[in-house]
This record gives sequence, structure tokens and C-alpha cells, in this order.
Amino acid sequence: MSAPPRTPILQLIDVRKTYATGHLEVEALAGVSLDVSEGDYVAVMGPSGSGKSTLMHILGCLDSPTSGLYRLAGTDVSTMSEAELAEVRNRRIGFVFQQFNLLPSLAAWRNVELPLIYAGIPRAQRRKLAFASLERVGLADRVEHRPGELSGGQQQRVAVARALVTDPALILADEPTGNLDSRSTEDVLALLSELHDAGRTIVLITHEAEVAAAAARTVRIRDGLVDTGELTGRAVSSG
Amino acid sequence: MLETFRTAGEAIRSHRMRSILTMLGILIGIAAVILTVGLGKGAQQQVRDEINKLGSNLLIVSPGSTTTSGIRGGRGSASTLTMSDAVTLSNAAVAPDIKQVAPVASSSLSVVAGNTNWTTNVVGTTVDWLTVRARNVAQGRFITQDDVDQGRQVMVIGSTVSSELFGQRSPVGQTVTVSGNTFSIIGVLDTIGSSTTADEDDQAVIPQTSYASRISTSANRSSITTMYIEATSQSSLSAAYQEATNALTTSHGVTATNRDFSISSQQSLLTTATSTDQTLTVLLAGVAGISLLVGGLGVMNIMLVSVTERIREIGLRKALGATPSAIRRQFLVEASSLGLSGGILGLTLGIVGAVVLPHFLSQPVLISPFAAAGAVAVALVIGIVAGVYPASRAARLAPIDALRSE
Repeated sequence: MSAPPRTPILQLIDVRKTYATGHLEVEALAGVSLDVSEGDYVAVMGPSGSGKSTLMHILGCLDSPTSGLYRLAGTDVSTMSEAELAEVRNRRIGFVFQQFNLLPSLAAWRNVELPLIYAGIPRAQRRKLAFASLERVGLADRVEHRPGELSGGQQQRVAVARALVTDPALILADEPTGNLDSRSTEDVLALLSELHDAGRTIVLITHEAEVAAAAARTVRIRDGLVDTGELTGRAVSSG
Repeated sequence: MLETFRTAGEAIRSHRMRSILTMLGILIGIAAVILTVGLGKGAQQQVRDEINKLGSNLLIVSPGSTTTSGIRGGRGSASTLTMSDAVTLSNAAVAPDIKQVAPVASSSLSVVAGNTNWTTNVVGTTVDWLTVRARNVAQGRFITQDDVDQGRQVMVIGSTVSSELFGQRSPVGQTVTVSGNTFSIIGVLDTIGSSTTADEDDQAVIPQTSYASRISTSANRSSITTMYIEATSQSSLSAAYQEATNALTTSHGVTATNRDFSISSQQSLLTTATSTDQTLTVLLAGVAGISLLVGGLGVMNIMLVSVTERIREIGLRKALGATPSAIRRQFLVEASSLGLSGGILGLTLGIVGAVVLPHFLSQPVLISPFAAAGAVAVALVIGIVAGVYPASRAARLAPIDALRSE
């Protein structure tokens, strides 16, 4: 019996990205094709300068490719307006950044509710959802703390809670453990695995093999191209 | 929308010192505008009050100049006005818009009481003088028609005369001597202070008939020095002016080219007095307006700094789903909040200044509700205008450029 054909939630076809820095052109992506199915947990691995961050930005609709096609849930992203892209980022994608990117003046739950503000959800409900999301990452007792009063690991868990709060189909994590000690790294990876088990699609960008090992499969990137020899980490757990 | 205001409030609070300094620019500008305009208005009001002390709806008729051997005397050099002119103008058939006429003959004379004396302006007039000049009697009574008809030697004195001659004692019932004639004091006028022309409290009023028979040194004993005319209302002032001019021209047998009298109104005095004030007010308000403009530029500057400084925050908000218009709104609301708060604080400072300043200057400061509301509205508009450019710059930032910057 063959597995049912799954629609790719992310589909990149020959995507190129060229940056013009001064009169020097840098090709960050030199024709990447990649499919990510719903429920997949993909680690994108490569050394710094390999173009993996550019890939992540294109996947997250933060940047647009110079050429090639990017379909998100079947829609060609290049046809979308600024406002539509904002909505896609808001509803479909949850970001986790290496530098956490929390607003220092806001309490943890106020950081978590930010995407809900732009989704136009009323305040009382936002508060409820933010608290629930923080409880899910194990920070129920830290809701009123500001980022400065939390450890690096806790801050990244707040960022994960923020990525989760809109219940997005896709989580994009860019070096989420890059600024964390090994203990916190384990915590965050465990959290991501948990989310994967719950059926979410996760794309994890990293340069560390140990971190990539947590994903269901690994895509290696080198010099703006996908390394053809795809490595498989652990078996895909969702049947 | 409420959320936008909350976010703006947080952003302003989190940079408290900077926000206060930014607001200070607007605050000082608004307070300066309110105070200079208030001072100007106060000065105008002061002049108006001063002139109204002379009496309301007042026209003043003075004798014209004479020409003797080719040398023209100044205004009032000829005694061309007489009591009969006052009778003519009092006739409602001749001048329907004239309510009352107070003829005045006056000269500066020494008034003697016991062993003290005081030189004051002795005024011979009729009963209507009190209302035409808008005065009241503080003690005793004013001269009556009967006093005038009988030519009684009675006198009503101003408060300055009273205190100079009698000190703290009540002058009513006392007698004084003027040019060898004895007058009984029957009343004291209320105190109104100096007008632009004279100390209105330094005069002694007697019946016109007594003045003509006892005091006057003119060849024509019924000649008068001035006539005060009260029009029936403010709006009929110019009609009254015309009627008086025509009636006197006819009765004196003169033409428009050789009139022997002149009529001036309070309005002309008021216009002259306020026009200089107005020029100064406009000038000062202009300077204050420029300081307000500089305050507005300060807001724009700070908002631009704020956009640059919060470039990562903008990028993050965009990554989390903020649309360009949401970002634009946020910065606009922030700038206009700075403007509005500066405006309200400036208004408060202006009002405080308006209360405190008159204690140091002998000058009232009038703040009209219209000017106050206008000032706050202007501050809000300045905030919005100053915010437009920084806000659209923030909105245009590509999320990735914003996020990537360190």
C-alpha cells in the first residue's frame, strides 16, 4: 500500500535570489527547488553564507525571490500584495528567530498577543489565547515578566509561544537555538518535536548537525544550492 | 484602533525623557501663542474700558478753530458753542438718534474749604451729565433740574477733590468757596480712576446756570467748552453724528468747508488706540507661531529618529502580520499624540500664565475659548503633519531589511 499523496504546503521551483551590494552582485540562492509537505519537519542545514537564511526569509514571505516560483499552500506568492502577504505572515506562519525578537518594554503575554492584535482579535480573547500559549510552553508563571527578567531559554519559549498563538500551519525557526545553552536547546527542540507530533509543519534552519538531527529530514544547502544527497534523520513519525 | 493608541502610549512612555523634550517644543510654542494673543486682547480690552469710562455711545463736540489775521488757533480756540446748541440737539425732531446732550463749560479754579484749597476742574453742566458720562454718585445726590433752573450754588465733587479738601471726613453738607462764591457740597462722585485724557476723579460739578452767572469769564456767558452727546444706541452712533453735524452747520450758518466745530466719536479714539496694539500683537504672535513651527519640526525629527531606532521593532511587527497601513497608523498616532499632549500642556501653561502674569504686569491677559481650542487643534495638526513623512517611511520599510539591521 502506498502512502496517500500529500499536497506540498511549501513548493519552491528553481528559486534564485541575487543581492546587489554596491556594484557587486551576490547570488545567495542559485536555483533551489524544494517541497515541504503538510506535517513535515524539515531541517535546513548549511554553513554560514550558504544561503539558508535567505531561503528562510523567502519561505516566510519576508523577502521575494529574484526569479523562480514560490507557492505557499498552492498560491503563487509573487501575485500577492503587501497587505495580503502581511495576512499570510499573520495567519499561516509562526516565526522563531535566533535573537528572539521580543519587545523589551512589553510583558511576556503582551509580546505573545502581538500577532493577534494584527489579526483583529478583541483584547479579552487575546489575553486568554496568549496565556494558554504561554502555559503550553511551560511559562504559565512568567506571563507578567518582561523579556529582561527572563533567561535566554525562557525568552525563546516566549517567542515560540508567540509563533503558536495564531495556530499557524507552518512554523519557521531560524537558528532558534543559536543563542542558547545546551540545556535550553534541548527544551526548545523538545517543544518543536511536540508541535510536530501535534501535526504542524516545521522548517528549522540551523548549522548544527545535532540540532538538525531532531528533524524528520534534513536538507543540506551549500553555495546557494540544495545538496542532492538528502540525509534522513529520524523516521517520519506521522504515519 | 484602540490598540494603536495603547501602543503609541507605550512607545511614548518608554522614551519618557525624549517625549517630554519633544512635547516641550510644542508646549512652549502653544503657550507663547496663547499668551501673546491673550496679552494683545487684554490690552485692547483695557483701552476699550478706558474709553468707555467716558460714557457709552458718546460723541464729543468741540468748538472749531478761529482764524485771526491769518493765524489759525487750534481746536477749541474759539468759543463757538453755546447753550442754545445744546437745546437744538436735544430736540428729538431735529436729532431723533440723540438721546441726551450734556453741555459742559469748565475751567481750572481753586476751590477753598476752610484753610485748605485745591485747584481742580470746575465743570458747569446739566442733569444729564451723570448718565451721558456713565457716572454714579457715591454719597449724597447729583444736581437736579431744579438746581439748574434756580441757579443754586451747589456742588458735586470727585473723590480726589474730596480727599484733598476733607481727608477722611464726609464732605456732604460742607461749604467751599470758588472765585468768592460759596457752594454747598451735595454729593460725591464714584471713583473711576484716570481715563486716557484726564483724572476723572479730580473735578467739581456745579449747575450750568450757576457756572454761567458766577464763574464764567467768557464774553458770552452762555458759551460752553464741550458738548457730550449720547446716541440712542451703538448702532445709531453714525446717524447721531450726521444729525449733530447737519443741525450745527445749519444753526451756525456755516458750510462744510468752514465749520466752526468738530465732532469726534469714541470709535475713532478706539480705532487709533487699538491699531498700534494690534500691530504689536500680530508681530508677537508671528514670533510665537515660528517657535510653534520649530516645535513641529522637533516632533518630525524625533519621529524620524524613532523610526530609525525602532527599525527592528517595525520589522518584527511586519513579520508578525502588521500591514504597511497598520505601521503608518501607529507612527501617525504617536506623532499626533505628542502634538496633542504638547498642545494641552501648552494650553495649561498659557492659562496659568494668564492668571499669574497680570500680578506682575499691570496688564490683563484674556484667553478666549475659541483661541484655546484653536491652539490645541493647531498642535494636533502639527503633530499629524510632522508624523506623515516618518510614518510613511516606516510603512515602506521592507520587513527583511528592517529585521536584518543591527
